[in-house]
Amino acid sequence: MSALGAQVRTITRQRDKTHPRRIHFGKWGTISLFVLPGMLLFALFVLVPIAKAAQYSLYDWDGFGPLTEYVKDGNYQRLYDHKPFRSAINHSFFIMFLSLTVQLPLAMMLALLVGRGKLRGRKIFRMILFVPFVFSEIITAIIWMYVYHPGEGLANVAFGTLIPGFEGQTWLGDRDLVMYSLFGVLTWKFFGFHMILYMAGLQGVSKELEEAARVDGANELQVLRYVTLPLLGSTIRLTIYLSVLGSFQQFAIAWILTRGGSPANSSHLISTYLYKFGIKTFRLGYGSSVAVVLFTISLLFSLGYQRIVLRRDYAD
Amino acid sequence: MRSSTYIPSPTTLKIRRGLSLALKYTILIIVCMIVVSPILTAILGGLRTTGEFLARPFGLPTRGIQWENFTSILEDSIFWRSVRNSLYITLASTAFTVILSSTMAFVFSRIQFKGREVLFNILSLGLLFPLGIAILPIFLQIRALNLTDSYWGVVMPLVAFSLPGSTIILRTFFRAIPSELEDASYIDGCTRIGFFVYILLPLARPAITAIATLQVIAGWNEYFLSLLVFTDSKKWPLTLGLMQFQGQYGTDWARIMAYVTILIIPAVIFYLFAEKYIVTGLTGGELKG
Repeated sequence: MSALGAQVRTITRQRDKTHPRRIHFGKWGTISLFVLPGMLLFALFVLVPIAKAAQYSLYDWDGFGPLTEYVKDGNYQRLYDHKPFRSAINHSFFIMFLSLTVQLPLAMMLALLVGRGKLRGRKIFRMILFVPFVFSEIITAIIWMYVYHPGEGLANVAFGTLIPGFEGQTWLGDRDLVMYSLFGVLTWKFFGFHMILYMAGLQGVSKELEEAARVDGANELQVLRYVTLPLLGSTIRLTIYLSVLGSFQQFAIAWILTRGGSPANSSHLISTYLYKFGIKTFRLGYGSSVAVVLFTISLLFSLGYQRIVLRRDYAD
Repeated sequence: MRSSTYIPSPTTLKIRRGLSLALKYTILIIVCMIVVSPILTAILGGLRTTGEFLARPFGLPTRGIQWENFTSILEDSIFWRSVRNSLYITLASTAFTVILSSTMAFVFSRIQFKGREVLFNILSLGLLFPLGIAILPIFLQIRALNLTDSYWGVVMPLVAFSLPGSTIILRTFFRAIPSELEDASYIDGCTRIGFFVYILLPLARPAITAIATLQVIAGWNEYFLSLLVFTDSKKWPLTLGLMQFQGQYGTDWARIMAYVTILIIPAVIFYLFAEKYIVTGLTGGELKG
């Protein structure tokens, strides 16, 4: 067929030459018309800005006028010495760690429950569980601001009813608690996303293989451990990747719930730190150095992960 | 009775199955309650006075439904201005994402040329950087291009960052369409662009709808870029409008929850209709039913 296809293509090409009336862009015309606008936009807003940030990070720059005050690694030095920045890095890694160890297993468990099988009402459960995904982060943050209200918020009332003698918490004002509270909101908003990915993966898991394991005497946990989860390997690896990158780019929910890193800049994530100390104060050179650190973390992770982990998913 | 190969009796099996089913439902109902109760509280909060709300977060209105919470927002022209601004951003970014990613995917899937793979790999690099990570450099670029306080300043970066993902999804989809179809259409006198517009696009409609749906959500919920781009509050979309409203009414929770409810309802309705496409878009079409 491909030989025939080539023949057909020559015929059409010849025909086009003999009919110049028709509007015809030709191969390169089509390519440039179709690819250039998108690639230009991509270069203009993705590639160029990222490259420029690396340059800005070497200067003291308020965003106005030319770059004159070259400070070499001065911005990076200051970052390294700034306590809130170090804690912001720690917090981002903390959120990442909890996402991988709590949020993903929870999503997996729910996907196994509602992703397949004959459980009655599973479609309704699935719909409910996935709803928060469509809400904006602002709506999410404001709803949870109330849930975490230190006096009569839903969280205090609910725990107070369920656990006798429960003392009301300041969920967002307590240094030791605030990151867990934030993580709770992020889980509420995003576990459905991972659940949907796992459910898609489950469609590819062969029922026969699981059945065969059962016939051979494996119990349900063993089937899960030795058959289902390994077969979901590529999906799991993908969700780990998305979850890590996602943890490092969280901004809106954290910014609103922690009111800009309070108490006393003790609850920043990298992105809220960047916004507060780089953009709001117009120390754009300094902010650029935060951006470069953020890129470097995600780039190293992405490349490393793709090389080492995702590689086998594309191997054959 | 118990031997090395223990075979449970039918009744034990039945009890065990019943228990496991009960456990499954218990887990699901608890999780669903945790998911739904904040949303329900917000909606109930909007219907009551702030006093009632704070006294009992979970309860029906006792002093009559406070429609005033809603009407005061719906009669406010600032609210409708934000709706319009959000629509601009959503529609423009969706239209450009669909047009640009489908044309690029067409070339990357069906036209051979030197350097194609290099270009495609460069585009794929974009997957490494979510918008939230590159926000400061984008902000600087928007200022350099004089796009502050312009809708383009939000729309263009939004599109640029969604191009890699959507192009890759569409490319996979286009590749699956047999080349015989393309050849046949050329025999019938179709041009390359004619084939793309009249044959490929209609065939790829599910994938394109999925991409458009995800982009509608992204555009409607966009916050970070708008926060940086718009200094003029007349340009603010609903996300910024809600933040401002929250700042203004601080402790008047009922009013804030009414605003949240007004935003939640269309989102849920949209979700009910679009769930299928959202799922297709996120999973690349793998999940059905």
